[in-house]
Amino acid sequence: MNNNNLLEIKNLTIQYKTDNGLVHAVNDLSLSLEKGESLGLVGETGAGKTTTALGIMNLVPDPPGIIVGGEIQFEGRDLLKLNKQDMRKVRGEKISMVFQDPMTSLNPVMTVGKQIAESISIHESLSRKEAERRAVDVLEMVGIPGERFNEYPHQFSGGMRQRVVIAIALACRPDLLIADEPTTALDVTIQAQVLDLISNLKNEQQTSLILITHDLGVVAEICEKVAIMYAGRLVEYGTLGDIYNHTRHPYSIGLFSSIPSVDGDEKRLTPIPGLMPDPINLPEGCSFWPRCNRATEECKKAVPALTESEPGHWVRCFHAGLEGSSYKNDASNKNETSKQDDTSKKNDASRKGPQTHAEYADTESACKFLGSLVSE
Amino acid sequence: MSTLLEVRDLKKYFKTPSGTVHAVDGVNFSIEEGKTLGVVGESGCGKSTLGRTVIRLLQPTAGTIIYDGRDISSPSKEELKVLRREMQMIFQDPFSSLNPRMTVKDTILEPMEIHRLYDGDRTKQSEAVLNLMDTVGLARRLANSYPHELDGGRRQRIGIARALALDPRFIVCDEPVSALDVSIQAQILNLMQDLQEEKNLTYIFITHDLSVVKHISDIICVMYLGQIVEMCPSKTLFKQQYHPYSQALLSAIPYPKVGVKRKRILLRGEISSPIDPKPICRFATRCPHAKPICFKEEPTLVRVEDQHYAACHLQKESQPYELPFPEDTVEIENK
Amino acid sequence: MSRTSSKHKKTAKNQASGTGYWANAWFRLKKNKGAMISLAVLILMVLIAIFADIVSPYPYDLQNADHAFQTPSKQHLLGTDNFGRDILSRIIHGGRISLLVGFSSIIFAIILGGLLGALSGYYAGAVDNIIMRSMDILMAIPGMLLAITLAAAFEPGLNNVIIAIGVAEVPIYARVIRSSVLTIKGQEFIEAAESIGASDARIILRHIIPNCMAPIIVQATLGMAGAILSVAALSFLGLGIQPPTPEWGSMLANVRQHLTTYPHMAVFPGLAIMITIFALNILGDGLRDALDPRLKN
Repeated sequence: MNNNNLLEIKNLTIQYKTDNGLVHAVNDLSLSLEKGESLGLVGETGAGKTTTALGIMNLVPDPPGIIVGGEIQFEGRDLLKLNKQDMRKVRGEKISMVFQDPMTSLNPVMTVGKQIAESISIHESLSRKEAERRAVDVLEMVGIPGERFNEYPHQFSGGMRQRVVIAIALACRPDLLIADEPTTALDVTIQAQVLDLISNLKNEQQTSLILITHDLGVVAEICEKVAIMYAGRLVEYGTLGDIYNHTRHPYSIGLFSSIPSVDGDEKRLTPIPGLMPDPINLPEGCSFWPRCNRATEECKKAVPALTESEPGHWVRCFHAGLEGSSYKNDASNKNETSKQDDTSKKNDASRKGPQTHAEYADTESACKFLGSLVSE
Repeated sequence: MSTLLEVRDLKKYFKTPSGTVHAVDGVNFSIEEGKTLGVVGESGCGKSTLGRTVIRLLQPTAGTIIYDGRDISSPSKEELKVLRREMQMIFQDPFSSLNPRMTVKDTILEPMEIHRLYDGDRTKQSEAVLNLMDTVGLARRLANSYPHELDGGRRQRIGIARALALDPRFIVCDEPVSALDVSIQAQILNLMQDLQEEKNLTYIFITHDLSVVKHISDIICVMYLGQIVEMCPSKTLFKQQYHPYSQALLSAIPYPKVGVKRKRILLRGEISSPIDPKPICRFATRCPHAKPICFKEEPTLVRVEDQHYAACHLQKESQPYELPFPEDTVEIENK
Repeated sequence: MSRTSSKHKKTAKNQASGTGYWANAWFRLKKNKGAMISLAVLILMVLIAIFADIVSPYPYDLQNADHAFQTPSKQHLLGTDNFGRDILSRIIHGGRISLLVGFSSIIFAIILGGLLGALSGYYAGAVDNIIMRSMDILMAIPGMLLAITLAAAFEPGLNNVIIAIGVAEVPIYARVIRSSVLTIKGQEFIEAAESIGASDARIILRHIIPNCMAPIIVQATLGMAGAILSVAALSFLGLGIQPPTPEWGSMLANVRQHLTTYPHMAVFPGLAIMITIFALNILGDGLRDALDPRLKN
């Protein structure tokens, strides 16, 4: 990989020690991020997305968490080897993080302006007045009028609070912003505002971005690169176009076909059968094989390596080359092999494939009835 | 097919120290048996209150609910108990909607116990529980597990089995998949569709997720601050919206496709308060097309097209928003 | 395939073999050494109290003027008191009373306080106001003072002591239970129970009460320590258990004149109280950790 890299994670492995056993949260993860680039880290609950982010910030709660191995190169330094004081400087000044819940990440008894000014003055030696002036600028940058400087968090709406959190994160012009599900708690119209804000700031300030989310739609809005995680491992990595138009890993394909589309007309979804494996008890070999329709004996024995299928498009699957591009082809070719207890029955049903429904006619009559209820 | 449920001018107000919250304010709709009515809207628009009022978990402030030809607006205790067998609810949160001290089996069994199904015969009831577990795709071996031992998807299956235990005809689903991961969400949506086909169930499906609501509904109502602002067959809504709020809402959906360029309508202005609202258009403060009349009169839901209803003074003037359907407007970015 | 699936089966079996809420709590409690030692000590004390007649070396009221004021010796392990009675035997029998009164008064307080708290939390509104304001009035009087007043008003005796101490504890339980009922009432599974047509009684008994057990148990363990202290204090003041029935507090009271000359007479009953209270408190803390749902994974 090249020298433009702002961040380079190599073989990061993070585990949690619990009463029930060792949780393999992140396994042998390698990633890199160029200056000004934005990466979407996608996966479901328990995929290890947030742990990865905490690992970069060196904030993995210990105990129970342990960073077992690997290195995180940031601007030529290994973050895992920094002492506490240096790391504190990196956090906030160089790397900032935005958390999911805008309600709990603000101090309720401090005015919004003060909170921003505080985070500026921690990292830069400015007079109080100057810090406050900068805080007003930052507030206006995220689209909140400067007059609201002296208001408390509870006087703001959810979307505004999240913008304040982003303002705090950006107050020191960090090189890297890590946003952990920044819009999940927000309504769609507010989410649109926040996403717009993030992508504008990213373009203006040349901040690199790691966006953690489970929503493939959000990633498509503002990211250039996408990394898909499953059970603590990176399973597919590439540009937006690689991942969305030439999906290769069966898990990624499954994710896409699980989302009901707004423009399509599918009658049934094609979910991934089965459940996420228990991170304490990961299956041997590829962690996805129990849910995979391509699984062969090979998959049960060894973990496939992350290989480059096209330049810049990395896939962790023995059968990545099996067939072409679109997930739609795959969905119709679906060959049910899984014997998972809960879902096998339903998947049998899904094999019936699309059915023609004569429902639409009835809908019309329903609507006609509605006419009698409302004035014409 | 016949109309199963009809709601006329339904209102539900809550008194609070700072005034009366108009959570549901004059809602009309009807559902045919075996169909799904999708209710979509953002948090605080009153969609959950609407669902709870319809199945009589809440007493409506005003209005009529007619279920299967009977007025159920103010039932007696006995009538209500009979109604419970017909109308059920699936809840949003698979964590808090199950009693943590009850096993899977006890949870599904409880409604049968209360209504003395199978003449109170315990063995027959247990048999029915196991059959229900098969129906919703829960392995029988989990019968004696507790909810905290199971993942969200399985928990939601328990919730569905509980709702089905009384063999209802009508189910209100309040954000049943919002707390689930996408792959599990798809499993549950498929299950709900299968059950609908199999048992000819009628759903009210409440959600904030537009792609989910489009997938599962026959008719969609868009709610804004306690009122229906637009209502039409689900396919139609995604082609053309007449209310500026629906337009903004649809334009805001993040789209899991690359290279789709579209104009996003960003809403500005403050959301008006649901407490003692003025008789004007409730969306006017955020509406990009607002005209003086919007601040004077409250619009009513009117027919703007065959099967398509909207509550806006200006539907003729505001440009219907069109979604970029790949076949016509897609431009692939060359990277 | 077979290998991993058998692994899966194993975990599934562990799951299915029914680790209920209480089993899990017990599992967590077992890991807390202090709590387990305390539990063992308390069980031992209860056993000794139950079999006091068999265990104690002498009858508790056997007087022997020749052996009065003896320091610990082989015949009398903990010495004798001013009437020549064996202190060990009196402590063993005294434990019976202390534990019995502590336990019963807490049960009394839980039943009364629990009922009031549950009603107040579930029905809210006026019912809540009336109940909780009366509880506030009770709370405003220091518990000990209330117990002394009640004990003085009635005739001294076991039952009245239990009631006097129990009444003083009622508001605490009413509050604890009211607040947990309020939390639980807001959860969706209560709404779910309503939607399947469950009656109020059923909702309270099957859905609310079992979910407030954890705070009640913790409060009861800690409260029992307080109740035992109260009994001792009442007896010390002569309002509790009457002589010759031995009780730890009244034993202490008897020593007053001889404290400087024969400290052993006070030390051993005092130690007995201290160990019991200490064990109950440690166990209570352990239970709180074990039952706290926030620790659930």
